Amino acid sequence: MEIRPEVVRGAVASVDARRRWSRGGRNQERLPGEARRIAYLYIAPAFILYAAFNLVPLVQGVNISFYNWDGITPGTWAGLSNYTDFFTDPLIREGYVHVLQLMLFYAFLPIALGLLLAALLSRIRIRGLTAFRLVLFLPLVITDVATAVAWTWVYDVDGPLSTVLRAIGLGRLVPAQGWLGDFNTALPAVGVFGLWGAFGFCLILFLAGVMKIPASLYEAARVDGANAIHEFFAVTLPGLRYELQVVLVLSLIDTLGTFDEIYVMTSGGPGTATSVPAYLVWRRMFQTSQVGSAAALGITLMLIIFAVTWSANKLMDRWSDDE
Amino acid sequence: MSTSSRTTVVMNYVLLTICAIVAIYPLIGVILASLYPTGPGSQPSGFSLPPTFEWHNYVTAWEQGKFASSFQTSFIVAAAMVPASVVLSVVAGYAFATMRFRGSQIIFWLFILGLIIPTEATIVPLYYDVRAMGLLDTYWALIILETSGEVAFGIFWMRAAFLAAPKSLLEAARIDGANSWQTLWRVMVPFARPAILTLTVLCFADSWNEFFLALVFTINHMTAPAGLASFSGRYTQDIALVSAGAVIVAIPILVVFVFFQREFLRGMLTGAVKG
Repeated sequence: MEIRPEVVRGAVASVDARRRWSRGGRNQERLPGEARRIAYLYIAPAFILYAAFNLVPLVQGVNISFYNWDGITPGTWAGLSNYTDFFTDPLIREGYVHVLQLMLFYAFLPIALGLLLAALLSRIRIRGLTAFRLVLFLPLVITDVATAVAWTWVYDVDGPLSTVLRAIGLGRLVPAQGWLGDFNTALPAVGVFGLWGAFGFCLILFLAGVMKIPASLYEAARVDGANAIHEFFAVTLPGLRYELQVVLVLSLIDTLGTFDEIYVMTSGGPGTATSVPAYLVWRRMFQTSQVGSAAALGITLMLIIFAVTWSANKLMDRWSDDE
Repeated sequence: MSTSSRTTVVMNYVLLTICAIVAIYPLIGVILASLYPTGPGSQPSGFSLPPTFEWHNYVTAWEQGKFASSFQTSFIVAAAMVPASVVLSVVAGYAFATMRFRGSQIIFWLFILGLIIPTEATIVPLYYDVRAMGLLDTYWALIILETSGEVAFGIFWMRAAFLAAPKSLLEAARIDGANSWQTLWRVMVPFARPAILTLTVLCFADSWNEFFLALVFTINHMTAPAGLASFSGRYTQDIALVSAGAVIVAIPILVVFVFFQREFLRGMLTGAVKG
């Protein structure tokens, strides 16, 4: 399971909050009007806890990122060098290249597949839809360490995937070290795991979205003589823009933070073939004692996530406004 | 017309069934693998039924993977983290939804920010903070950190739920002379019970599935996912046992999912607010 539930909700929240904001929604929002200072007392416990373990460390992290520090001996001032490494350190660049490649599998393919299926499935009541949803949600719900272990087996030299290929006479395609042990196949293999985790969620979300599109829009399109493809672009796709925005934002955030499956399935290997930024943070922090660099990597990752979230939201907002 | 609509119905089922098979195939694969005999010469192979069903693998995996200990940690952490997250979120979400106060927008935005700040950005200083507090490898570290992250979502969620309450509800409570604290617990909480239940289920899922924090902050008191990762790292050759371990770790969350399916779907799909 690639999509982490908390990220799903982060994305939903970011999309919702932005939409409200850009609509000037805060004035329309019904805030039962009483001014009350007691509100601070209600918020204080949550805020103090949240700030102490999220906002304060952020500031501390920025501070640490300006030092070369091994975590034990006193650090030395490094200025911005831990950040400029982003452009010069091949390991970091490679990590981001891998993440970009993973985005194909974690974001674009599940969205494309989900849209295609949502369009192919016609809008009739499907009996037993609950059962299908239950099954399609499993990859998302089950602990991803457990699903990653399951897929490690799927990709084994003797695993289900290799066996099927051998059975249909494609055995020569199976890498000698298994799919996760081969430099060429390891990253796509992790990608397919992510695709598997995300596509069911996309499909269910899009299906729910399609059901909400008024039937009259489809009838109108048909009266106008629209064929299936035209209908998809004229009715279905615009009708799903909210769902698309949520999924796009969430899957991009999620890809950038990919860690669990890398740790379990490949440890970034073979070599550094599946190394990603989040894994580098962990490795530099706990294995190679480059604490300052790890902190800078974490902050950079956050800034990139902010930028990507903002741009994806902006892009989708503009598209909605054009409609 | 009726034949063509029957064709579409059939096509719908065929497509959905294919998707369902794809979704469940690796899971069936791991269950089959978990039942193979262990030891040299009897490696599971492919997607086939094991020669004999070795249910005993589950007992062996449970013992060798030290799952008794990691399940204990996971349940203790969840038992503290879930109520703490829910109560803090309900109380703060209520204030955001029903009161007007200086700075409410900014504070709310700071919480929303927490939904996209990756743990990687704070993990380095957090490690030293937690160590300085003497909480490395304790339940407390996970309880505190998971709760502090969860409230960001919880507040967003509960605020939306309370905003949906009809204004008359609040007014009636006020006429009855209830103060804001009484209004919250006697009027708003009962009103928002479905949203609170959903939040509870999601908190449990987050806590159970949390891996990164457990990996960083625990050594002897691993959670179930961290214990599984470590087990699978040590027993790479013993696919049957590792597979059994994966199934064991998946069971609690599966049980919760089956029982609270509606809450899960609502939590993941609706995003709390309509429109």
